[in-house]
Amino acid sequence: MTYITHSESETEALGAEFGKALSPGAVAALYGQLGCGKTAFVRGMARGMGLRCLVNSPTFTIVNEYLEEGKIPLFHFDMYRLGGADELYDIGWEDYLARGGVCAVEWSENVPGAFDGDEYAVRFEKTGDNDRQITIEGGPGAC
Amino acid sequence: MKILAVESSCDETAVAVVEDGRKVLADEIFSQVKLHEIYGGVVPEIAARSHLEVIVPLADRALKTAGLARRDIDAVACTYAPGLIGAVLVGVNFAKSAALALGVPLIPVHHIRGHIAANYLAFPGLEPPFVCLAISGGNTMLVDVRGYTDMRVLGQTRDDAAGECFDKSARVLGLGYPGGKPIDDLSKQGRDDAYDLPRPSVNDGNPFDMSFSGLKTAVVNLAHHAEQTGQPLDKPGLAASLCRAVSEMLVGRTMDAARMLGYPAVAVAGGVAANSRIRADFAAACQAAGRTLYVPPLRLCGDNAAMIGAQGYYEYQAGHTADSSLNAYATMEL
Repeated sequence: MTYITHSESETEALGAEFGKALSPGAVAALYGQLGCGKTAFVRGMARGMGLRCLVNSPTFTIVNEYLEEGKIPLFHFDMYRLGGADELYDIGWEDYLARGGVCAVEWSENVPGAFDGDEYAVRFEKTGDNDRQITIEGGPGAC
Repeated sequence: MKILAVESSCDETAVAVVEDGRKVLADEIFSQVKLHEIYGGVVPEIAARSHLEVIVPLADRALKTAGLARRDIDAVACTYAPGLIGAVLVGVNFAKSAALALGVPLIPVHHIRGHIAANYLAFPGLEPPFVCLAISGGNTMLVDVRGYTDMRVLGQTRDDAAGECFDKSARVLGLGYPGGKPIDDLSKQGRDDAYDLPRPSVNDGNPFDMSFSGLKTAVVNLAHHAEQTGQPLDKPGLAASLCRAVSEMLVGRTMDAARMLGYPAVAVAGGVAANSRIRADFAAACQAAGRTLYVPPLRLCGDNAAMIGAQGYYEYQAGHTADSSLNAYATMEL
């Protein structure tokens, strides 16, 4: 499914719609260049999942954990600094997959070996300074 | 009280010995930046392994520099959050083992609290309350420091950290990692009005919250347009305009907070405090407002263990110690 957004807040709203439907164990692999709205989309996912906490860029720490009582946890990864899937395993990727949360993974292009085919692929393309084309494909059982 | 302090949350492995929160007896740093330049970023696995290799010899060196034996250490402090989890774990586990072996208290310290405490090392007369802007590659936080361990976050970034904005802009401009220093250097050759960059503000809710993602996107767009149209990009001008925009966003909010709280003291902490434009703008704003500015020397602005030893002393005074079940956390509120 392809969507067009015209602002960061529209991208966030799309993320919220997407987040509402997610079940524990879901993985969203995000693809797209610097400044195309990935973090805004994940912030929307958190809101859609009922999480109220601050959602900001995990570039520095690789993963932010959003944990709130009675909600599905959201693990927000940013693979910007990673060199490949090997390093992903070293930061506990498999442990996170087993924790019954949702994983949102920015810069998934850096870790091609991390996914098993059941993930959602969310692709961001800049079509203007503020316009973004966002394609969401896949998900559990899609292949 | 002599505290052996350990910091390993990102690039640097550091061990220090600090007496009574204020006096640095040793301050040893092993930086991994050179190792990471090859990869264009921090590679966690290499970071963790490298921390592991150097932390024990670094601790021995710190004791030697301080002229102390192991039995002279009264407590062990370590950064336990936030950071690159594999890297933080190395420091936490070393600290746990050391505290257990020496039979002394273990003190967990929040990394950003440590950055704030760097000011206590640089300025013996500084005491809370004051307003502190903590700015680094991973954090941007405006803090009401009401007491040594009583802090309230007034505002923070909703997306990217200020340092991340410099790092990612530097990557777009082909300046390498980390990006703060090359952008600072380049900006000195450019005009700060060369480009009209946005000052994104957060309109809903807290006026002290900040947003740097739009600024990064503006730099990406300018570089992209230059490439497509074949127009040369004025890189020094863009660097200078970027430093100005970031500085205006930070300095304005910090001064507003100091005025609101009525504090005479304004402090800056974290690696981005090394930026010369931000330093100059803070100096001018504080002079105009009649407030005293505290910015630690460059060595104490970056990640170091002395700041952890300083904050560790005050955490200990407040009874904040841990046992050997202490864990490391990637994300943690101040």
